[in-house]
Amino acid sequence: MSPARLSVVGNEAVGPYALLRLRRGALEPGVPGQFFMLRPPGRLLPRPMSLCLAPVGELGFLVDPIGPGTRALTALEPGDEVDVLGPLGNGFRLDPERPLLVGGGIGVAPFPYLSERLGCPPALLGFRTADHAEAAALVPNAEVVLEPTLVTDALAPGFDVLACGPEPMLTAVSRLAPGAQLAWEAPMACGFGACYGCAVEVDGRMARLCVEGPVISARAEMTTEGGVALSVAACSSGRALARRGGGR
Amino acid sequence: MILNASGCLDALTAPEVAREFDAFVTKTVTPLQREGNAPVRIAETDVGMLNSIGLANPGIDTFLADVLPRLLDLGPPVWVSVGGFAAAEYADLCARLERTDAAAIELNLSCPNVAAPEDEATAIVAAARAATGKPLFAKLSPALPDLPAVALAAAAAGADGLALVNTIRGLALDPATLRPRLGTAAGGLSGPALRPVALAAVHTCFRATGLPIVGMGGVETGAHALELIAAGASAVALGTVLFADPGAAARVREELAGEARQRGFADPLAARGVAHADLDGAPPGPVVRVADGARKRSAQVGLKV
Repeated sequence: MSPARLSVVGNEAVGPYALLRLRRGALEPGVPGQFFMLRPPGRLLPRPMSLCLAPVGELGFLVDPIGPGTRALTALEPGDEVDVLGPLGNGFRLDPERPLLVGGGIGVAPFPYLSERLGCPPALLGFRTADHAEAAALVPNAEVVLEPTLVTDALAPGFDVLACGPEPMLTAVSRLAPGAQLAWEAPMACGFGACYGCAVEVDGRMARLCVEGPVISARAEMTTEGGVALSVAACSSGRALARRGGGR
Repeated sequence: MILNASGCLDALTAPEVAREFDAFVTKTVTPLQREGNAPVRIAETDVGMLNSIGLANPGIDTFLADVLPRLLDLGPPVWVSVGGFAAAEYADLCARLERTDAAAIELNLSCPNVAAPEDEATAIVAAARAATGKPLFAKLSPALPDLPAVALAAAAAGADGLALVNTIRGLALDPATLRPRLGTAAGGLSGPALRPVALAAVHTCFRATGLPIVGMGGVETGAHALELIAAGASAVALGTVLFADPGAAARVREELAGEARQRGFADPLAARGVAHADLDGAPPGPVVRVADGARKRSAQVGLKV
């Protein structure tokens, strides 16, 4: 198991994000919700990125430049090379009857590929600003809400929810849609179970998100206390995690 | 001989990676199960990586029943890293491993907060030695005030070799909030920053003890591995590099052979200790003689004395 060195085809701004397109080489795109480890030039550790788009011959990643690693990835230019390992982890189940994609911020990242695989189901996307919401153009059939409106304000019942976004959003979504498939995130050094860095609390025990996730069914991870369904806390310290799209 | 550093690879989730090593070293096993620390557990800095995993492991009972048999099935010899809070716990862990096919035991003695490290190392290694005939490697922290003294104490108490080094304490702050990035605030620093620290530790402990040393700390290339061997290591372990390059074992092995050849060494181990040759051309080597038992047991796991 070694990373593949892929060449950059394009790196275009999508609002404040960048859509990094790589020549696929021998790598398979995997299942939507699975992720790849991309090593930014000059950084020690690779960053986990869920696959955003899988056009023929390419792999596309939506990157939020929030730290030195992600900034280095957004600075890549066509012809540059980047080491990529994947696909890794467990993606979304693609068998929901009435799928609804629910995303917050850079949590939109896996949805273009997921939407394609599910036949363009409806999507509900929340963003901080109109600039961030430009990423919604990557997802067909999407309704957009901007803060202070939250996706949970607009979430209609009766759907099979597939969600990706910040932890508070996933926690809130899992209360409204108990069977939801949730794509979590955690800082991750390796992506294949070696570093134990991405452990989150699931069912009262620590589980490595790269091995048991990143997509985890809300039902599987919930515990019931006094009749109230409580979702797992992906980060019990409450410290802000690097948002989906990758670590810093 | 290339090993993984303890805690830097799960052979059961990545068996194809583990099979690339000459021996697989387990994550440290403790008497009881440990869930490990609350997140955030890792952070990258400009010079290395911080971790505070917290010795997450299933405990010796589950390890012996469920984990070790599957590890042994993978092929490479298995070195079991053990950790505890008292000499008696180490002794018990070693006694229970005595009846298994583990190839060697690594004693994780790397807690830097012990008041009398020489006495502690003596007590733990002696207790472990009494409990097992398997090769025993003492893994030491480079932050010890007098590392060679502790290494000598471990040797005198029956250690067959040393594993050098574990991480050193480090702290990273979030640039925006100026709060610690790890849930436990400080953590263990590994990666490139550790490389000169590891070289110094191997260099001084080789001279002090002559024991076989598994050198580790920031190794990314064959050239880095050759430097550790020149400082006195008989084997090299890979840690943080595996996270970015799970195929590093095969790559480093090949690079190491090339780097040795380039410098006129028939094989990499022919360069062992050359950093100790003085300018007059005196033969390199330690100043002490290694005990016969340690020599024999180290040879069992393929390590040159």
